[in-house]
This record gives sequence, C-alpha cells and structure tokens, in this order.
Amino acid sequence: MEFDPVILARIQFAFTVSFHIIFPSFTIGLAAYIATLEVLWMTTGHERYHRIARFFTKIFAVSFGMGVVSGIVLSYQFGTNWSHFSHVVGNVIGPLIGYEVLTAFFLEATFLGIMLFGWNRVPRGLHVFASLMVALGTSLSAFWILSANSWMQTPAGHTMIDGVAHPTDWLNTIFNPSFPYRFAHMVTACYLTTAFVVLAVGARYVYQGRYAEDARTMMRMAIGLIAILAPIQAFIGDSHGLNTLQYQPAKIAAIEAHWGTEDDVDNSVPLVLFAWPNEETESNDYQIAVPHLGSLILTHSWDGKIPGLKEFAREDRPPVAIPFFAFRVMVGMGLLMIAVGWLGAFLLWRRRLFETDWYLAPLQYVWPIGFITILSGWFVTEVGRQPWVAYGILRTADAISPVDGWAVATTLVLFVLVYGVVFSGGIYYINRLIVRGPEGAAVEPPSGVPNRPLTSANEATRQAISTTTGE
Amino acid sequence: MEDVGLGMTWYLPVVWALLLSVAIAMYVVLDGFDLGIGILSPFARSDSEKDQMMSSVAPFWDGNETWLILGGGGLFVAFPLAYSIVMPALYLPVIFMLLSLVFRGVAFEFRHVAESSRFLWNISFAAGSTLAAFFQGVLLGGFVQGIKVANNAFAGGPLDWATPFALLCGLGVVAGYALIGSVWLIMKTEGRIAVRARMQARILLPVVLIFMGIVSLWTPIAFPRIAERWFTTPNLFYLAPVPIVTLILAGLVWRWLEDGHEHMPFFGVIGLFLLGYIGIGISIFPYLIPPSLTVWETAAAPASQVFTLIGTVFMLPVILGYTAFVYWLFRGKVREGEGYH
Repeated sequence: MEFDPVILARIQFAFTVSFHIIFPSFTIGLAAYIATLEVLWMTTGHERYHRIARFFTKIFAVSFGMGVVSGIVLSYQFGTNWSHFSHVVGNVIGPLIGYEVLTAFFLEATFLGIMLFGWNRVPRGLHVFASLMVALGTSLSAFWILSANSWMQTPAGHTMIDGVAHPTDWLNTIFNPSFPYRFAHMVTACYLTTAFVVLAVGARYVYQGRYAEDARTMMRMAIGLIAILAPIQAFIGDSHGLNTLQYQPAKIAAIEAHWGTEDDVDNSVPLVLFAWPNEETESNDYQIAVPHLGSLILTHSWDGKIPGLKEFAREDRPPVAIPFFAFRVMVGMGLLMIAVGWLGAFLLWRRRLFETDWYLAPLQYVWPIGFITILSGWFVTEVGRQPWVAYGILRTADAISPVDGWAVATTLVLFVLVYGVVFSGGIYYINRLIVRGPEGAAVEPPSGVPNRPLTSANEATRQAISTTTGE
Repeated sequence: MEDVGLGMTWYLPVVWALLLSVAIAMYVVLDGFDLGIGILSPFARSDSEKDQMMSSVAPFWDGNETWLILGGGGLFVAFPLAYSIVMPALYLPVIFMLLSLVFRGVAFEFRHVAESSRFLWNISFAAGSTLAAFFQGVLLGGFVQGIKVANNAFAGGPLDWATPFALLCGLGVVAGYALIGSVWLIMKTEGRIAVRARMQARILLPVVLIFMGIVSLWTPIAFPRIAERWFTTPNLFYLAPVPIVTLILAGLVWRWLEDGHEHMPFFGVIGLFLLGYIGIGISIFPYLIPPSLTVWETAAAPASQVFTLIGTVFMLPVILGYTAFVYWLFRGKVREGEGYH
C-alpha cells in the first residue's frame, strides 16, 4: 500500500498541534488568573483568594504538564516531518523559537517548581513573585510563537537567496504585518477560554450548593472579565480580518465562500450565512446570504468589493469548506460568549445571579466553549493559508521531509493512541480535582518561614485532604 | 551580511557548536538523574518510597527537560541544515523518545490525583523513563555512526539508525542515567532508599564503565575517521589524558561510594558523564553530520546566528541563576510525606 507522506504529515501535524494548543491556551489565561488571585490575597489578606489560587494551581499543574510534553513534540516535528521547511525558513523562524526557549520556557518551567512545591517552603511574597514569573513566561511564549506563526502568514524583513530565506530586518520580522492582530486576538482568546472554565466550575459549585464563598468569587471575577473582554475580542477579530484582507485576500475569499463578482446580485459582496461551497462548479450550493452585508463588514462601505476565489489560480486557492465553516463556528461561539457575559453581568447587577437556576444550570457545561472557539479560529487561519506553509515563499507540499510514508503512518497511529490515552486521562483527572473542590486544596496557611521542617504542616494538609475526600 | 568578515563566519559556528554542546551536556546531566529516578523506580519497595524518589526531582524535572528543547531548538536556530538532515534520518527514534517522555512527564501529576489507577502511572513513569533514555542512546549512536546525505538532504532509509552499535549505545545510556539517578538519591534521600541507592550505584558504576570501554574500542575500529583522530601523533599525546582521567575519577567515585560520602559520588558521576561526552565530541568535531557536513557547512546565516547569540549571552546567565536558585531553595533531603503540593 502506498502512503502519501504529504497528507500523512499534514494530518499528523494538525493532530499534534491541535492537541497541544488546548493546554497553552488554558494555561496562559490560568497563570494570569492565579497570579491575580495571589496578588489579591497578598493585598487584601482574604483567605478565599488563597484557597482559589491553590485549587487552580493543582489544575494548572496537570494542564501545564500536558502542555509541556505535547509541546516538546512540536519543537522536534519541524525537523522530523517538515525538514525542508526548516532548511528554507530556519534562518528566520529559528531565532524566534530560540528566543521563546531562552526568555519563556526556562522562566515558566523553573518558577513552576516554586509555584507548585513552594507553598509551605517560601515566603508569601516569593510565591506571588514565582506565580507572576510563570504568568510572564506563558505570555512571552505566546509572543514569540505567534510572531513565528504570523511570519509564516505575512513574511517580512527577509530576502530570498538561493531559495533560502535570510534575515534583513529583525524588527520587521518579529513585528510582521499580521503579528499585532494575531497576538492580541490569541491572548484575549486565552483569557476568555480560562474565564469560561472558571465560570463553569464556579457555577457548578453554586448550583450544587458547595464552597459557596469561593464559587461566588470565581463567578464574579469570570463574568466581569467576559462581559468586558468578549465584545473587545469581536472588535479585535474584525481588525484582524481587515488585516488578512489586505495581506491574504484568498483566505478571506475562502472564509466568505466568495467566488467572484459576477454572481453577486447588487454588484456588492453579500454575507453568506450558510452554503455548501462547491469547488468543482466554483460556486455555492444551498446558499443563504444577506446582500451588501459582506461589503459593509469587510470594506466598511455599501458597495465595496473584495477579490473572489476565481481571481486566484486553482493551485493558489485554499480549500474553502474548512475555513468557511470553522469561521462560522468561531463567530457563533464569540457571540454566545458576549451574550453569556452580558446576561451574567445583568444578573449580577440585579443581585439575582446566584439564585437564577435557569442561568446556572446550563452554565456548568460552558467550559469547552473557549477551546472550541480557539480551535476553530486556528483551523480558519491555518487552512486558509494553504497551499502555502510560508505564505508566498514555500508550498506545504514542498516542505516535507524525505521520510517514507509508512514511517509517518506508523508514528501517526502512535500519536493518536498515546495522546488518546494520556489526554483523556488528563481530562478525567482534572475533573476529579474539580469534584474534590477548593477546600481539599488548601487548609494550612503557609508558615512563611523558608526551609523549616515541613512534616507537621504537610501532615495536617494530608489529613485534611483525606477527610474531605473520604480516602 | 556581506560586511561580516571571514573571521566571523569561522568563529560563529564554532561558538554555536560549543553553546549547543553546553546545552546538551546540561540536559544529559540534569534530565539524566531524573530519568534515572524513573529507571530505578520499579525497585522501590512501597508507594511511599516511590513518592519520596519522585519528590526529590518533582520541582526540577520540568526545567531539566527544557534543556532538551534548547538542544533541539538550538540546532534548528544555529544549524538549520543539520537539523533538517538529522531529524528525518533519526525520525523513528526521535518520535519514540518524545512519546516516552510524554508518558513519564504526565505521570508526575497524574499519580497524585489517581487512586485505583495509580499503578498504571507508576508503570508509565518507569517504562517512559527507561525507553526515553534508551532512545536517547540510540540517537547518540545513530549520530556518531554517520548519516547518509545527498544534495543537502537525508538520503538513507527509515531504519538506517537501527544498528547493533546504536542499540548498544541505547543500553549504555540507560545504565548511565540509572547510575546518576542512584547517586542523586544518595544525596537527596535518607533511610532505606539511600542505602539501596548506594548498593545500586556500586553495581551500576562498573556496568557504565564497561559500556564506555566498549564504545571507546568499537568506534575507532568501525570508523577509521575516529581512529585517525585519536591514534595519530601528536593527537595521541594531547588526548591521552581523557581516558586516563576517566579511570582515575571512576576509582575515586568507587572510593566515595565505599566511604559513605553523600554528595561526592553525584559530582563525580557528573564528571564521568562530561568526560565521556568530551570524548565523543573529540571523535566527531568538526562534523555536525558525520562524516560529510561540518559545523561551517550547516551553519545558519551569520545574521541569524548573531541575533540569537546576543539573546543567549544575556539570557543564559539569568537562566543558570534562577535554576541554581530553585535547586538551592529545594536543597536538603526529602523526607517521607513531603512534597505533596
């Protein structure tokens, strides 16, 4: 049997990177949340901030571990599966990833040790500092990796010599045209994702009548963040889209399933609400569209035009269906986030939030919404970049390694099996931590004396844990 | 770029080769002992002993493993051509190693949360650590024995690496990591664990020396380029101290183990690791893809190497500083019941 190494390598990378992105998108937001809680704990002295911080630190530890191990895989896959990519753009992309390791990975991994194991061993101030460093590390990591990804979308600050990219201007490379938008969009998305997990956990406890004080604090903080950030995110996303229209018009044409101008009734771009894009006939089947709305959104004018897919040679067009549908999922989820946030803010204002069962009951299950939205968004932007891996520089089909199809097929099967087992385990254990709740997480406040013998404090914690969980 | 002188294009790849060697050496030593804990974990008598062994590395393992990213990432940054040849050539062992690391990495956190399924994560930790060490050795062997290259790309088959020599290196690294794990336990634990670790170290030290001896004999016999490096004059005189110092140090480590020293065996074994590592470096240099491509031929554009070098010069001392700080913070011995976060 003959395997196509390009397709297999693409499936493998899509699989491993999609799995990976779930964890950093959660831990970037969660690190910032824990750091905020610890700062509040230090400034106000309220013990509930400490309890919540400690509770989420345990969940953070499990998620971060999975993020690390799935991320190490990626840093090697550039070479194992995409060696020609590494050779062609390594001069430019390599240093960005190098800076990620130097400025972010060591910072977060090292201070994580203090954050997880230092509760009873270091002064409170140092623990807060460690949490801040972990949060800083996760954000710096996002900065560099999104810069590298953005460069693949909108390359800048380089010149091609003998088919290999050479750097000419690092500032232009790092702050390439799509980077500021992508960075703002992704970091906001991470905060929203985490806020929805916190909100769902809080709602679950309030609805079940457990850990009332902690759960209410979780819900208030999450709703406040969502009510403000979700609408801002819509605005950032719109700006990001306009930037894409300028630099990657074929991607926008695919997102909008916009084939060409001659089938547009009013000589403008409609907004396609639903359709089945048909790449054979170069048109949409079963289309439902609102006239002029596409022009209005994309060009901010009644009759504005954007390039249609037919204006690009067939071999330069991205697949249409995935960006089209994934974009609609992303926007739909985004609108739902705004609705949940504003409704929650309204109920909070009317002081009815914690009694409104019709709001709390479904809210327990909103935790995956951010993950679904982030994955959809990445499907839009990565599939929309095709057939290029580095836009205009290197096609995906030319980027792969000289590795046999069967070798890629073997490792793909292994990745699916291993990730399936390990990560379902992870999600199961995170759920178990949530069931155990915050009161099992922290009982004895830290003594504030570094390096004193810990046996007694830990013994107390252990006993408390075993009594609350019934072990 | 044109104004970068010839001197720069000679020195930069050498500086980067040295930096990369430091990163990989840091990795081998640091993750070596925490993988070693995993290799030795099946010999623990109880779950509480396993907890103590793992607690002795729990605050550090994540930072330790970051050196692996710096090693792989550094190769990508400084020698993208070498990276694009080595990774496809060693495709299967690289991915097997990464998957093994997945199993062992998640076990740290999962074990604490798991109840009835705890034994599965104990197995995952032990098997993942052992296999990761084994495939790292296979990678070393696959690299030393050479890689087939045509037109600046890997031109061999997917199983080229699977030679008796590479498999031998795999076993050697398992033994080596178990040794450094055992001397770490002597330093960081007490009671029965430390006593057992001392016994394990006394078994493992000669085993590791035998592996080092076999590799030292095998490589010059099988690869004439390595024989030429070591056994021609005047190289012979300059390089002779490497094996001599190794033997002296091994004797000292044995003495320290016998005399009940708690810290010296660990630092002695680090010394042995570094000597073996230097020996391999001498055999390989200046090739980054033996036996065809040198560090100069695979180097990134000078502008890329300079840009990252600036960051490295600033960041490496900072990284080493806070890494040392965390080791200092969690100094001393781990006791029973400690470490649960």
